[in-house]
Amino acid sequence: MAKMTMVQAINLALRQEMKKDDRVILLGEDVGIDGGVFRVTDGLLEEYGKERVIDTPLAEAMIAGVSIGMALYGLRPVAEIQFSGFSYMTIQQMESHAARLRWRSNGGLHVPMVLRMPFGGGVRALEHHSESREVYYAHTPGLKMVIPSGPRNARALLVSAIRDPDPVVFYEPKSIYRAFREEVSEDEETMPLGKAQVVRQGKDLTIIAYGAMVRPALEAAEALQKEDGSEVEVIDVLTISPLDHETMAQSVQKTGRAVVVHEAPRSFGPGAEITSRLVEKSFWYLKAPIRRVTGFDIIFPSFGYEKLYLPGVQRILTAARETLHA
Amino acid sequence: MPRKKIEVPCNVEYLSILDKDGKVDKDLEPDLPEEMLVKLHRAMLLGRRFDEQMLRLQRQGRIGTFPPLSGQEAAQIGAVAALKSTDWVVYAFREAAAQLWRGKSMASILAYFGGYKQAAEVSEDSTDLPDSIPVGTQIVLASGIGYGIQYRKKDDVVLVFFGEGATSEGDFHEGVNFAGVFQTPTIFLCQNNQWAISLKPSQQTHAETFAQKAMAYCIPGIRVDGNDVLAVYTAVGEAVERARNGGGPTLVECVTYRLSLHTTSDDPKRYRTEEELKEWEQRDPIPRFQKYLTQKGLLSDEKIAKLEDEVNDEIKGAIQKAEDQMKEFDGDAMSIFEHMYAEMPPYLEEQRQELENELSEEEVKNG
Repeated sequence: MAKMTMVQAINLALRQEMKKDDRVILLGEDVGIDGGVFRVTDGLLEEYGKERVIDTPLAEAMIAGVSIGMALYGLRPVAEIQFSGFSYMTIQQMESHAARLRWRSNGGLHVPMVLRMPFGGGVRALEHHSESREVYYAHTPGLKMVIPSGPRNARALLVSAIRDPDPVVFYEPKSIYRAFREEVSEDEETMPLGKAQVVRQGKDLTIIAYGAMVRPALEAAEALQKEDGSEVEVIDVLTISPLDHETMAQSVQKTGRAVVVHEAPRSFGPGAEITSRLVEKSFWYLKAPIRRVTGFDIIFPSFGYEKLYLPGVQRILTAARETLHA
Repeated sequence: MPRKKIEVPCNVEYLSILDKDGKVDKDLEPDLPEEMLVKLHRAMLLGRRFDEQMLRLQRQGRIGTFPPLSGQEAAQIGAVAALKSTDWVVYAFREAAAQLWRGKSMASILAYFGGYKQAAEVSEDSTDLPDSIPVGTQIVLASGIGYGIQYRKKDDVVLVFFGEGATSEGDFHEGVNFAGVFQTPTIFLCQNNQWAISLKPSQQTHAETFAQKAMAYCIPGIRVDGNDVLAVYTAVGEAVERARNGGGPTLVECVTYRLSLHTTSDDPKRYRTEEELKEWEQRDPIPRFQKYLTQKGLLSDEKIAKLEDEVNDEIKGAIQKAEDQMKEFDGDAMSIFEHMYAEMPPYLEEQRQELENELSEEEVKNG
């Protein structure tokens, strides 16, 4: 087993799926000779040629729409949008066609495509490069929205996303593209979409997080253990839609306390949905109000202030302590 | 460093074969078998009468809003007649005549506009996409399908319908540009019906033609008399031939006229004159083709009358079938939850159950 960054792990998933299935083709801006601006598709042009690794003209709506056409034709396109901040033109295509064609053809058509894109803050980027807008996609019935939190699950989830018969938006937390490595097997590994994962067991509090927020959530859990022996359970959401509330409900029915963490702005964010479902399913088990630790409802700040914007260990700890002692 | 004119290797043509009086240009007349000519006529007539009947049904409240196609039969039938059944067609939303030619049933069109999505069912081996209502968004899909055909080294082509208004959308430019760069076998079929709801072409573009937009992407562009089924068939046929042989995409602009409404919610009196309508009625695609076929000895007043009866009966039968289907669909409300995903997520199953409970409670209440 090799130790890989998330970039390498995603590259492995693409490489292996392309080898296995000639329906899988990649397209996007600079994904070919440049290997993508984050080098996620590095080396794939050489290996699979320009018919399968397509450097497209610069037009995001087209990238999404052409992918839908390819998927309807029977291919398995994996499209890259260079940054999620430039993906908003794809929403028309994803909402009007990708999400609805199965339904409106009464099951006759389906759109097996993946729309990958880096998102989130923490890399001292220009404006429009750090936002978390997963709800734009998660709010659209018919789409799946997946967010990995590390190299190993990024690889396994992407393989599952490529094989999934429905359109999947695959949001890659770019601040952890190269932040740490994990053992990733060359052997095939998949993970089910629509399933959250308990990544740390505990009985006193549940922290629910995803993407780049899982590591600070785990760190906060460790710190609390040392601080006063609190046993904190951590859930990695992994699939924002369809959301797996069962796993979260089971945990909260045990702990009675929950903190939800995400980078996205608070209002109408994934935390609002997660909290609602916990209240609906587990209200009588709750011992304290559910807290949200999230981005603020402001424009993602210039990077000079981005650390203040992004939830970190300290902010999670504060909310966790308040919840534990409420 | 001189300043000189750049010679761009692209040009735009105009084609008209059969004029409004049914007079044909012998040099340009396509050599079509008689059965084909008769079939084209029947399809155009069926399209017109079906459209008129749909309008009546809508006015009686038996179906919902729909976009009538009257006047555009030649543009639609001429285009799809040039395709093979294995070719792909991507529709906008005003192409019922073309859809009937491609094998869609009248009953399913009626039931779809009657408010039931089950009627829009697409069979798994179909190469026709369902209607696409958001203007222009379907154009890029055709570029992707074209890429798929090319990738699989098939000799099929894909034809996409859109209106002149759609050429103002970014998706038109993005789709044509992609097709140009990769030389996909895609035919972009613009039905310039003179009115994008209340706007005329000069309010949509400063360009003299829509066909010339092909030049920016250096693909062939041609403007045809879209009310001349022979010209449309010829131009699309050439584009199809070129695409099948690796010659890439073509933009075909069919100059036609929407004789009826944008949709049944529209009132054209607000934006266009009676005189204009009358003028275009003189250029109606059907009478001119009937004159042409009559001169050829393929039609007569008696034959037309007989055909009218036949078409009328076919439409009546379809309406009956659609109304039966709609009753059946009406009792199948739970189907709205089906086909969201390959597998229904658990929370959706809960929501489905909510509606089911509500309906069975109502049933109990109503005895």
